[in-house]
Amino acid sequence: MSTHTKPQPLGGPLWTPAFKVLAAIVGVSVLLMIWRFIAGLGATTGLSDGYPWGIWIAFDVVTGTALGCGGYAMAFLVYIFNKGDYHPLMRPAVLTSALGYTMAALAINIDVGRTPYIYKIPVFPAWWNLNSVLLEVALCVMAYVAILWLELSPAFFETWEQAGSHPALKKLAGVLHPIVKKLMIPILAVGVLLPTMHQTSLGALMLLAGQKVHGLWQTPFAPLLFLISCVAMGYGVVAMESTLATSVFKRPRETRLLARMAVVPAWLVVVYLILRLGDIVLRGRMGLAFHANIQAFMFWVEMVLFIGGAAMLFSPKFKDTAKGQFQASMAVVLAGAVYRMDTYLVAYNPGKNWAYFPAVPELLITVGVVALEIMAYLYIVKRYPILGGVAAAPNVRGAE
Amino acid sequence: MTVDRRTLLKGMAAAGAAAALGSAMEPATEARERRVPPPDAMGMLYDATLCIGCKTCMVACQDANGLPRDTRSSDGLYDAPDDLNAKCKNIIKLFKDGDRTSFMKAQCMHCVDPACINACMMGSLKKREHGIVTWEGERCTGCRYCGIACPYGVPKYEWEKAWPRVIKCEMCSDRIAKGQQPACCEVCPRKAVIYGKYTDLLAEAQGRLAAAPGKYEPKVFGATDGGGTQVLYLSKAGISFQDLGLPDLGETPVPDMQQTIQHSLYQGFVAPVALFAVFGAVIWRNRKASGGDGEVKP
Repeated sequence: MSTHTKPQPLGGPLWTPAFKVLAAIVGVSVLLMIWRFIAGLGATTGLSDGYPWGIWIAFDVVTGTALGCGGYAMAFLVYIFNKGDYHPLMRPAVLTSALGYTMAALAINIDVGRTPYIYKIPVFPAWWNLNSVLLEVALCVMAYVAILWLELSPAFFETWEQAGSHPALKKLAGVLHPIVKKLMIPILAVGVLLPTMHQTSLGALMLLAGQKVHGLWQTPFAPLLFLISCVAMGYGVVAMESTLATSVFKRPRETRLLARMAVVPAWLVVVYLILRLGDIVLRGRMGLAFHANIQAFMFWVEMVLFIGGAAMLFSPKFKDTAKGQFQASMAVVLAGAVYRMDTYLVAYNPGKNWAYFPAVPELLITVGVVALEIMAYLYIVKRYPILGGVAAAPNVRGAE
Repeated sequence: MTVDRRTLLKGMAAAGAAAALGSAMEPATEARERRVPPPDAMGMLYDATLCIGCKTCMVACQDANGLPRDTRSSDGLYDAPDDLNAKCKNIIKLFKDGDRTSFMKAQCMHCVDPACINACMMGSLKKREHGIVTWEGERCTGCRYCGIACPYGVPKYEWEKAWPRVIKCEMCSDRIAKGQQPACCEVCPRKAVIYGKYTDLLAEAQGRLAAAPGKYEPKVFGATDGGGTQVLYLSKAGISFQDLGLPDLGETPVPDMQQTIQHSLYQGFVAPVALFAVFGAVIWRNRKASGGDGEVKP
């Protein structure tokens, strides 16, 4: 039986060389963002009337929020299935989710052409088109960003309540902490409901593109496939984050805990594959996978990653070692990411004469958004109690 | 930690709810209600056998809509758009395959059940008077989901502008309001494109087919395609509508698959509320069952 330690701030210097490099990347990215708002999307992206959506939607938003499903996946395990021993993984998972979703929201603001009008979405319910799946996604994501920070807020309140913190923050924590504590059950319940809704909807968005989406991806099961795969990705990200934090910050390992959890994403991938392949076969579309084109190739890339990832997660050789866990989780996370990028970009064919490849500023802005996310992660885990983990001897395989 | 039966049951209840949600994903057998054109629907009929490719309609369209000339591919010399774009709401194209040739006019189809208006978050794109699909700037965030959705590739975007608009044919709705015709129909010297009541145009198209069956492809494109369009097409015999660049959509409206799934999931918003109640109850019971200090630690 492992003993949990209370989450603690890591402390240590913030402005490490790595942090400075990240800051420089963010700096360049911010300049490019300013240019994007002055010069417009045409000058700064590879987008066109044929490909109105590019990596800012396919990667930053659609894949980014799926990568931010760690909090959602862990909430299922800890709060719904009552597996309290996974609690040490909860706060870091919620932090990565909060950051992932916040960055997705930032990306939407950069991607949308008439950004100042975004405020109208929550403000003018009379205008809502309730048939619009994108509206559902927009409202859900806005609400979920707030919910995630609320779920995480006790980590900030606990710090601000301590002696020596700024009086204003102390007062704020004194007022808000009890309220958040009281409301935590509905907050957590909404926190499980909202991703169920919008991750499904992210799968439903491209249904409207009809024939423009390749037959290996266009299916009424897409919403369900997106939901299942985002949960699997969530567990994968939590495992990756945990093993990374362990080795980077030299913290006690959570290998044993992660090994037990590994079967959950593994089985989710199995269910995903049965649905995905069953649907393709029953619809008589399997032949599309054997054409000599980029779509068929990417389909097999997905399959190798999904099947390989699940096999690794089931295999004691991988799941019982920190390195193996990282590799197996990475395969599943990559699989889900490629599935999303494919659905939105590779499988999307607006007709002849159109092509899309992200422009350099477009790519650099995405890199900058990710860099900003990592900076925020580093700052928060060093200053606030996020990482807890399992004390006692390292639980690596062979030490038991 | 031991999992007692009650905890397990609660977990299963949640899983059951999730499964119920999943089963609802299957497209409901009950199809979504089929839309019909509004009673005041107006439309256009383009007859490819009459068009001589003079492009008078393109000039008239630009003048009526205050559009700049698209001179990018002609060294600034004359208007030469290569497709519909933010400077061109209406274009005449040529299909050529050996000696099979035909002109083709492309513009918004003003679908009976448009994918773009299902996409649009705040109703910027809507079927407004006469069933004409128009764009309202005040409601548009510039998300471009309309462009993803449209099977005809119609909504275009002002990519070069910092405050871009969506540009598409609005059937000269402002001219119609003044009792005029759409500019393209008014100027066409061959009456290859004509404007009128949707029902009259459909009857006219079917009449032309019946009167000269050998002259035309035996079909009015838009009568049922993708749920129907208010702009109708006739093509020369031997030249399919796909040759002309129109997609083969079948009769099912494009939004059907998505809307059927989404509406069965969100019918009356029951499923989300039920799911919230189940999640809330399970979390609350788990907390009590664990006999803890009554605090849920996030």
